[in-house]
Amino acid sequence: MSQSNDPADGRPVAGGRSPWQRLLRMARPRATKANAFAALLAILLGFAVATQVHQNQVVGLESLRQSELVTILDNATLLSSRLDQNARELQTTRDALVSGSTGDAAALKAAQQRLDTLGVLAGTARAHGPGIQMTIGDPRAKVTPPLLLDAIEELRDAGAEAIQVGDVRVVASSFFDQSGSGIAIDGIKLTQPYAILAIGDAQTMSSAMEIPGGLSENVRQLGASITVTQRSDVTVGALHALRAPRYARPVPSPAPAATP
Amino acid sequence: MIPALGLLVGLAVGLFLHPAVPLALQPYLPIAVIAALDAVFGGVRAVLDGIFNDKVFVVSFLSNVVVAAFIVFLGDQLGVGSQLSTGVVVVLGIRIFSNVASIRRHLFRA
Repeated sequence: MSQSNDPADGRPVAGGRSPWQRLLRMARPRATKANAFAALLAILLGFAVATQVHQNQVVGLESLRQSELVTILDNATLLSSRLDQNARELQTTRDALVSGSTGDAAALKAAQQRLDTLGVLAGTARAHGPGIQMTIGDPRAKVTPPLLLDAIEELRDAGAEAIQVGDVRVVASSFFDQSGSGIAIDGIKLTQPYAILAIGDAQTMSSAMEIPGGLSENVRQLGASITVTQRSDVTVGALHALRAPRYARPVPSPAPAATP
Repeated sequence: MIPALGLLVGLAVGLFLHPAVPLALQPYLPIAVIAALDAVFGGVRAVLDGIFNDKVFVVSFLSNVVVAAFIVFLGDQLGVGSQLSTGVVVVLGIRIFSNVASIRRHLFRA
């Protein structure tokens, strides 16, 4: 800093001192009114800078101009309407999905009900419900297959929905046969005493068994014993094994959907 | 030295007090700060040029602040407030840069 007489910008340096010295001299504390004023202004400046910086960090909408606010409002409205549109589309999709799944569930439920009904009718499903338990003791083997078939027919007439004799489920295709001294159903020999389970209206069925000239009287005339017990819950647990029909083919029914 | 200390004191006070800027002053404070900075750099340059004058510095400081704020106020009234603020900031920024360049040449000869 000694060659202060040839500054880089070519201008003469007032006072012949280096700029650093001049700066130091100015920086020296002086108790003048102007210096105090400058200090006051500097304090104000620092205060203003700090305040503005802080203000800018917590800036909200209130410091914005009207046009900027309008722009922000426009953007927000646009975004909101776009999101509204989105929400509506998603709602529609959701509604479609929900109604579709409930439709599926309803169809599934209906199919299950149909399956249950057919299963009970065809003897491929276990069934339980109110009914009667009937026991025929026939030590002298006087009960014939036609008599037992009559009993089954009487039960059906009285509204039996599922019938089991011994361990055999009685279904539409069941046949009664003489097997030695006993009776066979579907080729399966029954063991004495014959236990018959029937699900249906217990009162009606037991009345049908007990009417004069009915099953009970016939059985007793043959010297066999019969007991009929009404039960609130009878379980028909025997199952009928289905065989696919070899000859019968279903006739296709005209599909209602195919007709215009 | 004393003004530099004053600047630090003002910064500290502002940082610790977290004063809220009055709503009416909010558009003008940043411009006023830029204008004051311009005055400060102009003062330092004047010192190095050897033409520094206390009175000139104080008056230029205050007038800078007032005029900058007034321009922005006028712009707001005319509906071109934001554009005029940008203009003022650009002009003051150019002045600050030229002042700093002059100071740099004095101090570092470069």
